[in-house]
Amino acid sequence: MTTLLDVRDVSKRFTMGGIFGRKTVDAVMDANFSLSAENPEIFTIIGESGSGKTTLARMILGLEDPSEGEILFRGKKVSRHGGRAEKLAFMSQVQPVFQNPFEAFNPLKKIERYLESTARRFLQTSDKAAIDRAMDEALQKVGLSLKEVRGRFPHEMSGGQLQRCAIARALIPNPPLLIADEPVSMVDASLRMSIVNLLKSLRDDLKVSVIYITHDLATAYYISNRLIIMQRGRIVEMGDARTVLDNPQHPYSKLLKASVLSTDDAGDGKLATDPGMVKAAGDLVGQAGELVAKPDGREVRVYG
Amino acid sequence: MAEDIVKVEGLKAYYQMNYFGVSREVRAVDGITMTVRKGEVYGIAGESSSGKTSFIKVLAAAIRPPLKVVEGSVKFDFKNGPIDVATATPKQIEAVRWKHLSYIMQGSMSVLNPVRRIGRTFHDFAARPMGLTGKAFEDRVIAHLARLKLPPEVLKAYPHELSGGMRQRVTIGLATVCHPEFIIADEPTTALDVVVQKEVLSLIRDIQKEMNAAVVFVTHDMSVHANVADRVGIIYAGRLVEEGPTRDMFFAPKHPYTAHLVASLPRIGDVKQRPALEGRPPNLADPPQGCRFHPRCPLAVDKCRQEVPPLEQVGPDHRTACWRWQDVKPLVNASAPSGVMA
Amino acid sequence: MFAVFRDLIRYNIEFAIGLVLVGIMVIFASLSFFSPVDPSMIYMAIPDQPPSPQYWFGTNSRGQELFWQLSAAFKNSLIFGVTVAVLSRIISITVGLAAGYLGGWVDRVLMFINDIFVAVPIFPILVLFYFVLRNNMDSFTMALILACFGWPFDARLIRSVALGLKHREFTRHAVFAGMSTRKVLLEEHLPYVMPIVFSTFMNNMLWSIGMEVTLAVLGFTNINNPTIGTVLYWANSHSAMVVGVWWWIVIPVILIVMTFLGLFLLAVSMNEYIDPRSRLRRMGA
Ligand SMILES: Nc1ncnc2c1ncn2[C@@H]1O[C@H](COP(=O)(O)OP(=O)(O)OP(=O)(O)O)[C@@H](O)[C@H]1O
Ligand SMILES: Nc1ncnc2c1ncn2[C@@H]1O[C@H](COP(=O)(O)OP(=O)(O)OP(=O)(O)O)[C@@H](O)[C@H]1O
Ligand code: SF4
Ligand SMILES: [Mg+2]
Ligand SMILES: [Mg+2]
Repeated sequence: MTTLLDVRDVSKRFTMGGIFGRKTVDAVMDANFSLSAENPEIFTIIGESGSGKTTLARMILGLEDPSEGEILFRGKKVSRHGGRAEKLAFMSQVQPVFQNPFEAFNPLKKIERYLESTARRFLQTSDKAAIDRAMDEALQKVGLSLKEVRGRFPHEMSGGQLQRCAIARALIPNPPLLIADEPVSMVDASLRMSIVNLLKSLRDDLKVSVIYITHDLATAYYISNRLIIMQRGRIVEMGDARTVLDNPQHPYSKLLKASVLSTDDAGDGKLATDPGMVKAAGDLVGQAGELVAKPDGREVRVYG
Repeated sequence: MAEDIVKVEGLKAYYQMNYFGVSREVRAVDGITMTVRKGEVYGIAGESSSGKTSFIKVLAAAIRPPLKVVEGSVKFDFKNGPIDVATATPKQIEAVRWKHLSYIMQGSMSVLNPVRRIGRTFHDFAARPMGLTGKAFEDRVIAHLARLKLPPEVLKAYPHELSGGMRQRVTIGLATVCHPEFIIADEPTTALDVVVQKEVLSLIRDIQKEMNAAVVFVTHDMSVHANVADRVGIIYAGRLVEEGPTRDMFFAPKHPYTAHLVASLPRIGDVKQRPALEGRPPNLADPPQGCRFHPRCPLAVDKCRQEVPPLEQVGPDHRTACWRWQDVKPLVNASAPSGVMA
Repeated sequence: MFAVFRDLIRYNIEFAIGLVLVGIMVIFASLSFFSPVDPSMIYMAIPDQPPSPQYWFGTNSRGQELFWQLSAAFKNSLIFGVTVAVLSRIISITVGLAAGYLGGWVDRVLMFINDIFVAVPIFPILVLFYFVLRNNMDSFTMALILACFGWPFDARLIRSVALGLKHREFTRHAVFAGMSTRKVLLEEHLPYVMPIVFSTFMNNMLWSIGMEVTLAVLGFTNINNPTIGTVLYWANSHSAMVVGVWWWIVIPVILIVMTFLGLFLLAVSMNEYIDPRSRLRRMGA
């Protein structure tokens, strides 16, 4: 088994403020996980707001360097520095999908511009027909076609279509890994499902691994193979998605699951969370603890 | 049944634009009639760019060009007298803003001025309507913040120094500090984690109960409506297509779009393939004839393509705008995981 | 392009007025190409004649026809102002966009240089150049020097917009679509800073022509080259107002006001037209 992505003891610390009153924020602390090259999977990252999910994704994309530890992609270190050729080679392997489809395209420019540039750059061709073919193929994969997209501006498309164009663009270089940071948080339920189903079919049919960052436990349960749960920069639980979500063990994971709004008692206005749970989860913030493997394959952070 | 606090009748509000010869009209709100009662939470759902925010802007009397009310009225019945915000003068609106009618805008950052401390923002918004100054004002604000579980220090902080959840609570504090009778909240919990989301929602609910205010709550997340709203209205392409008590909307929807929205919610413990709605939302500058949902509707018949279905009463408190409402079946029983019937 | 002009004229009164004013001045200035007299020669006409059918703008105390004199002066000054504005816009766009987008040490170095240019007083430098170069100080050299000093504030302004654009998602999207830095800056970001470029273009012309006038009035330029500044220099040195040759001062001032008003109106209306928000609305977003 070869590894595709290896995240090794990665930490990221930000320094904020000027010369006076400097403050450091530990955005990510000791993150450790790896994805295998042979078994494409949807690897989900869930966690509280500000727990370092986006920071972790940015480090994997090589947009930010870890303060400690290293990230290896196919055995090579991911770094913010390095030549343009090297960067392009890396980008053809790892592509992002952004949160807000309306923000991901320059509103003043046509949508196809991004697809075309990607095809030209990463397929290293300037043959018009070849570029068009690559664009069309990628768009077909997400249920669109070049004919529908050509000549359109972002505001002439719905959010779901735009998000699919963004995914199609990311697929042009045939990358083995996609990083999707909250790709569905801005779209409504029905669009959400069409995008989530798309990610699923990318994994099953095209063998693309996806790192899926979300606040939505239900879609995570629905599509992901493994997941990690983060609290204040630390991974607190990691393992098979269904095992973890069916029966979370870390206090924060439990709180997370208990906080998911259900539609079972629609109209009854039940919103109370067990204060004991909130306290149990809150008390652990700031404690280091360590991840311990459990018999069912998951790892849970235990303290003291 | 409680009295109405606001009556919206035949409201049409369009974005009318004329930019160097290109004139356009976006019919964002196209004939909405509804009421909100005293002391209830009314949820508004609908997909992106269906006109939710535009409708809310009219309700909140935040009508600014290019948005224009073309027809209809929005009559509030406040303690200090009735007012029609669709035609009121800025001065009349000023008199009810914050004290009677408050608005939590979409995107908390757009309300909080990034270069002003929170305390200053509170002062700007609330000092005049409350008629308090100096120490008395500050004490009231601090007491109010304490109820939202915010320490007094936040008054000295800049918005970017607070976490997303704290910022959201600050905006709720701003909207409720004057004890208004009517509170409007536009997507107050999108992009928060579920723990914080729940906290914020129960806060809104508690405050609403405590002050017996009416709340209009907008979000595209149906599971949020399931838990906070007393009644839910669904907006599709600028029109109200269904409205009813929350429970009925989830368990016995009478419009295909609502049925779809409810059924598309995935849940933990369920890995069935969920249907996604095909097609795309209509262009509000050139909406389809007849029922606006017809290009995407599985039940559409010829009549739907020509005639606009009226919003008709189909049960107690339940209205829907569909020619074939009798044929609408809940798609998947969203509420009942296999075998466990509520 | 033509359609743009037509729309602007039809729907924007400011643009129409600005266009008329600037148009008049440009025609007036270009008439100097057909001037029957060499504007650098003196005593070609009877001195001190008031405006009349024969001498439209009158003549000055040096025996020059003011009409042709001013025509040449406006031509030189306008070319001068445009040169400075174009050159300094190029510098400020390059520096502003690059500093904002690239960040890090590039930003720090560029902003350090920027601050030096802000801190150094321009006036003594120009005088210094005048003393060193003397009669080699032609208006193109002066335009170059002014261009070197006319960019720092605007570069900072552009940088602040670029900083915001850098964190927009579409920028990262463009990078991952394999676009080069140059392409991102010129094609993705430039449209967003164009309004700033336009409004500062006008300010910069105003500033550079004003600078030229100041220097000329004090005699620190080649006073034989007709410009707005040198016309005023000669008027001043002949005490035109005192001896009653009022047209020597009043006419140039009216023309200057017309020019600046016209440029200002054009800048404002063009600004509105190219502002991305207004563009988006016209496109129907
Ligand atoms: N450039 C930066 N400078 C300083 N602090 C930063 C920076 N980027 C992120 N942080 C801090 O790092 C922490 C983690 O932020 P991050 O954006 O990774 O969270 P997140 O898990 O993606 O949250 P959300 O769910 O709200 O998107 C936060 O406390 C944030 O304030
Ligand atoms: N200032 C504006 N000028 C012109 N058109 C506008 C403006 N604001 C909104 N629109 C248009 O009005 C329609 C309704 O937009 P609105 O913001 O009300 O939708 P929404 O339901 O709140 O969507 P979301 O869920 O994305 O917030 C859209 O087609 C939008 O493009
Ligand atoms: S009126 Fe017709 S098209 Fe509209 S929702 Fe009902 S069945 Fe569908
Ligand atoms: Mg994030
Ligand atoms: Mg909205």
